[in-house]
Amino acid sequence: MDTQTAGANTAPKNQEVLLRMEGINKSFPGVKALDNVSLTVKAGTVHALMGENGAGKSTLMKCLFGVYNRDSGSVYLEGREVNFKTSKEALENGVAMVHQELNQALKRNVMDNMWLGRFPKIAKWCPLTSEKKMYDATKKVFEELDIQVDPKRIMSTMPVSQRQMVEIAKAVSFQSKVIVFDEPTSSLTEEEVEHLFKIINMLRDRGCGIIYISHKMEEILRISDEVTIMRDGQWIATRPAKELTMNEIIRLMVGRELTNRYPEKDNVVGQPKLEVKGLTAMYSKLNDVSFVAKEGEVLGVAGLDGSGRTELLENIFGIATRKSGEIYIDGKRVLNRNAKESVVNKFAMLTEERRATGIFAIRDIQANTTISSLKRYKKGPLLSDKKMREATDWGIKSMRTKTPSQRTQIRSLSGGNQQKVILARWLLTEPEVLLLDEPTRGIDVGAKYEIYQLILNLAKEGKTVIMVSSEMPELLGVCDRILVMSGGKLAGEVDARNTTQEEIMTLAAKYA
Amino acid sequence: MSEKNTASAAGALSTKDKMRKVGDLLLNNAMYIIIVLAIIYISIVRPSFLGLSSIVNVISLTAAKLPIALGIGGCIVLTGTDISAGRVVGLTACISASLLTTVFKVFPNMTEALPLPVVLLLVMAVGAAVGFVNGFSVAKFKLHPFIVTLSTQLIVYGIILMYLMSGTNNGQTLSGLAGSYRSFVTGTLFSIGGVAVPRYVLYAIILTAIMWIIWNKTTFGKNMFAVGSNEEAANVSGVNVSRTIIMVFMLAGIMYAITGFLEGARIASANANTGLNYESDAIAACVIGGVSFVGGIGRISGIVVGVLLLQIIFTGLNFLSVDANMLYIIKGLIILIACAIDMRKYLVRK
Repeated sequence: MDTQTAGANTAPKNQEVLLRMEGINKSFPGVKALDNVSLTVKAGTVHALMGENGAGKSTLMKCLFGVYNRDSGSVYLEGREVNFKTSKEALENGVAMVHQELNQALKRNVMDNMWLGRFPKIAKWCPLTSEKKMYDATKKVFEELDIQVDPKRIMSTMPVSQRQMVEIAKAVSFQSKVIVFDEPTSSLTEEEVEHLFKIINMLRDRGCGIIYISHKMEEILRISDEVTIMRDGQWIATRPAKELTMNEIIRLMVGRELTNRYPEKDNVVGQPKLEVKGLTAMYSKLNDVSFVAKEGEVLGVAGLDGSGRTELLENIFGIATRKSGEIYIDGKRVLNRNAKESVVNKFAMLTEERRATGIFAIRDIQANTTISSLKRYKKGPLLSDKKMREATDWGIKSMRTKTPSQRTQIRSLSGGNQQKVILARWLLTEPEVLLLDEPTRGIDVGAKYEIYQLILNLAKEGKTVIMVSSEMPELLGVCDRILVMSGGKLAGEVDARNTTQEEIMTLAAKYA
Repeated sequence: MSEKNTASAAGALSTKDKMRKVGDLLLNNAMYIIIVLAIIYISIVRPSFLGLSSIVNVISLTAAKLPIALGIGGCIVLTGTDISAGRVVGLTACISASLLTTVFKVFPNMTEALPLPVVLLLVMAVGAAVGFVNGFSVAKFKLHPFIVTLSTQLIVYGIILMYLMSGTNNGQTLSGLAGSYRSFVTGTLFSIGGVAVPRYVLYAIILTAIMWIIWNKTTFGKNMFAVGSNEEAANVSGVNVSRTIIMVFMLAGIMYAITGFLEGARIASANANTGLNYESDAIAACVIGGVSFVGGIGRISGIVVGVLLLQIIFTGLNFLSVDANMLYIIKGLIILIACAIDMRKYLVRK
């Protein structure tokens, strides 16, 4: 039987219950994060856990791993009641998690990370660690999973996708029975996703129970056997995946019908606005990229991870060093040597890593909104509180940001709302060219639609939007044209209205 | 049945929550609570602690130590620190004392003290220059401020020693200061109940007001907090990160220089050890006042309160005739505890 489709088509043979969480309750001050939630994972199945951000998926998993103390409820592993106090204890009992945000010692090599906390010793009585044992054991796990990574490579030199593979290998090396994948594909390319699915299927065939958390419907329907849907901290439904459709899942997740995943494209593409000629980066492989973007246009940028999508935006915006290349706005050359200059030249950039390079986590909404446009709130030499308050109010209203007040720390908002605050920050600089790098990453379905709408509204106002995304349906749904990057070069350009995912994939593989 | 269970669980929870909230409140304000208890205890054992002269003394000493703390606070907001502060105070105190004097040993050819504003501007320029070196190294060479200021404090110390050896001074303590200099700083601002309040209290108030405006009402201030909270995001947002860092350190240098200028006249002399370890008190005061090493957090009012509370403790311990050597141990413990309590607020609760 083809492993790719094993579980999805036939009922798994192994039906014994591996993990059961019953009546889990968890409250934080003022919020009931989990309300009597139950979850049953059978051996040899992939169990998808779905829900919008804030639905309680992560909290449920954190209760399983002892990161949070649950208020009430019980957890049974193979019929035996367990109560893990730390994730280490969970790991030792065969429950592992591959985190969405990788917590790895980046300056250390692969095998050091694999065996961290349990380094093999030369001998029982000898306190010295054995590099050789570590190397061999790592190699063995990698071969088993068909992972091509040198165990001695330093983590920080590897792309995120490979680092994630290491994390998966680590989970496997613990002989884990239950493995939780938290949004494992959010930074993977299609090809890497295939590899991941192969590994997941292999683990399933071995009788592991997989809990798979993701926002991506196509993946869920493809890979999972059962789906549990949560909403607002409550269990909503658990159903076999084959009985579910995408619309049904969305309906259960948001509690209402969401007919269109993308807003109507009614922007009008006008005159050429931005012209990039022969852009080549000094320190990355971005090489000789030229294109034109027009007024009122949403220009997509597709490509595999590491194809130079992000680097393209960074080089235009001047936060990466250019080797050569010219940028023109309305036919006039602009230099954009650093972010500050780019802002003056009416560029704006939403970065990929919202937490690392987007938000000022401990600062409030107002500070986060006004930071790029402080000059506009001056009254004499000083800043006017009133002007800043008004600008922030405008940002909250026009983006429909959900926040208790302007004085709320941005870190307490959901990903979607944080993104809206950053969008508002940039709109207050009155940009003409917006560079958006993965604008909907880590954002739930309902909020994604709102972000798409905002993007299209900007285009309708005549702004030029350049949007990088690894989700192809999103590019096809929102963009007018799509540039396809491959191996640092521009592999081609397609019209979003009459292209296919296959055509884009072929281009993306051109120089890869 | 199940409803009843949930209800009782919720009830138990809210008392647990309440307990935790009270605990949090106590811990987060532990520093203040300890200090209030200390004041109560000391004033019972030594009633003169709450006397007018004692209070004026505390306020004056607070004013003397405030400018340096206001400067260092900015460096801490940037998740940095500045351990060159004390030495800059020393250098600027020596320069002030050598130029505003009646016995010109460092400059034997001088016969008359320079005008006060000239010297003040000169030392401010010196402070700014050291701050520039600090800030430039942090911003451009991406060095940790600890390493940078560790180096510059040594360099500045060397300069102080050489400066004191120049002319006919031969390394001696500089004294015999000009009367105009002394009275400008320590002259009586006003008297209450026969106790004189020195002029430098007014200067500290003015500096506090200026710093409050800079921190809260200027683009530079907002940029400083942004850089402290997330340098990368600040860069992407179009903030000139290097310039902001350099300006923070230069502003800090200017504040140390003003402290040195005031300190020379306040102590009525200056030598190579003037200003020694002043930075540790200033850093402690900032942390007690809620300027966090996490970065991007801090208020001028907090710094003022921090300096004041620290001064109350030290004056109180003096009143209790605690061994001077013991004071160092207590000071160290206060910094440690204050930092631990502060860090608690930013830990992610699990």
